[in-house]
Amino acid sequence: MSWALKVEGLGRVYGEEGPRSLTGTGPEHGTSVSPVTGAVVAAWDVGFEVEPGEALGVVGESGSGKSTVMRCVAGDERPSRGSAYLRAYDDGATDVLALDDGARRRLRVDRVAVVYQDPAAGLDLDTSAGGNIAERLTAAGARNFGRIRDRAAELLELTEVPLSRMDDPVRTFSGGMRQRVQIAKALANRPPVLLLDEPTTGLDASVAAGVLDLLRNLLERLGVAAVVVSHDFGVIEMLTRRVMVMQHGRVVETGLTDQLLEDPQHPYSQRLVAAARG
Amino acid sequence: MRTITELAGDGGPRGIFDELSRREVRRAALTAVAVPGYQVPFGSREMPVARGWGSGGLQVTLALVGPGDRLKVIDQGEDGGVNASNLRRLVVGHVGCAEETDTRAATVIQSRHRVPETPLRADQVLVLQVPVPEPLRAVESDVREQRRMHAEADYSRMWVGLYEDVVRNGVVTKTAGYPCMVNGRYLISPTPIPRFDVPKLDRAEHLTLFGAGREKRIYAVPPHTRVEPLVFEDIPFEVEHTPGAACRHCGSDGSYLVEVPAADGTVSWVCSDTDFCARHREGRS
Repeated sequence: MSWALKVEGLGRVYGEEGPRSLTGTGPEHGTSVSPVTGAVVAAWDVGFEVEPGEALGVVGESGSGKSTVMRCVAGDERPSRGSAYLRAYDDGATDVLALDDGARRRLRVDRVAVVYQDPAAGLDLDTSAGGNIAERLTAAGARNFGRIRDRAAELLELTEVPLSRMDDPVRTFSGGMRQRVQIAKALANRPPVLLLDEPTTGLDASVAAGVLDLLRNLLERLGVAAVVVSHDFGVIEMLTRRVMVMQHGRVVETGLTDQLLEDPQHPYSQRLVAAARG
Repeated sequence: MRTITELAGDGGPRGIFDELSRREVRRAALTAVAVPGYQVPFGSREMPVARGWGSGGLQVTLALVGPGDRLKVIDQGEDGGVNASNLRRLVVGHVGCAEETDTRAATVIQSRHRVPETPLRADQVLVLQVPVPEPLRAVESDVREQRRMHAEADYSRMWVGLYEDVVRNGVVTKTAGYPCMVNGRYLISPTPIPRFDVPKLDRAEHLTLFGAGREKRIYAVPPHTRVEPLVFEDIPFEVEHTPGAACRHCGSDGSYLVEVPAADGTVSWVCSDTDFCARHREGRS
């Protein structure tokens, strides 16, 4: 099977973007801050492919660059270099990172969906759960009120939000339920690629387990290509088959999730796994 | 090097609106006609009326009329209203054009809240005074974000507003200033005309110019341009109508009527458009 999302040579530097900023950064130097220019090399030379129905994990500590990679792919931020291709856009022939801002935002309607750690980043809290989903549907051209409501109800059912709460403002929802609404909204137009940025980090353990269960079922059933960014190996283990470990803005190890958890090669991966295993 | 005075002349007699201001408003109006529904910024001048009281419409009118024009000004459909009369006298006194109340004879019609009942022709221009030109203000307060939404024709938030309205109230409650798509591209607020008048703008024979003095914006609906209210396919667009109501003066039940309460608690109805009402009465008698 061929990829649904392909990323090549992605880099993001805050500050001077020349080669001078790169020397002296990375895992071997133990920092992502350039000693010469002071620029922050948040991510460099990151590449991966994700197939439909597959989930790729991106794991690393805070500041390792994993969220930067996700934001660049999602279109929230412009990378310093690199390219990304979507099978659903021009059959993967066009670098979507080179598109203008408007075109990139349109990709978010039905081709790449993002679930953020903070539900407030993906939802309008003063709008009802149904209304939040309606925004995505109308952005894709839905103009039939009855069908919009039916589809919103179907999505809320899929993410296990009680339908009796459909018309309540999301602000009145608990954290776990807000996250379920955000997932429902992300799935509204059946996007082939789903990016999950720390989807359960803000939730307490039991609620997080419920959302994780839901996500695992959805990823299995819907056949989307997913990228899961997390600092938590537990989340990565549950949701993904392949994983990429990042440190100081570079990829230090990639492999099958089970294998990497059993037998991490890079010293940093070993530390992460040891920490996760307690 | 030539000075502005050499290029533009000395601007003629000094008054409330000089020649350079006229030209600027005309340029903005031409841009507005070229990009239907797009809000063109312009340098709104100080006017002898307070901003928000028709200063935008007044500037557009002053930029349009010449001594040969016949000007009609209405407020809530009425030629005799205080605001309408004063604005009309102000322009007539300044430009020397003729005062007019007959919709059919007017060449320029400045209005607040209404589009006249009598269909306008290609040789007439309707100028609407707009207090709040930005339809997105209701759903987005950040001006940069509003601009982005217009630039990308991203109006899904507006649709969510309608969706929430229907969910909460069962119907779309927005009446005056109902959001409309112009030429399938830009969303406008045709403020503050009632829904009743929205169909009169759609594929009309005449040019409509919207002037917002306080907000410094001019936009336009050129002749034969689509003006489509935002509606869901399965919830039809309805205009204001009270079954059984008819004007107590002329008997019309097909015009826009306003309710007049009496001291004894009963209500009667009269035409909002006084010129139409008067002619309708003559025609019947």
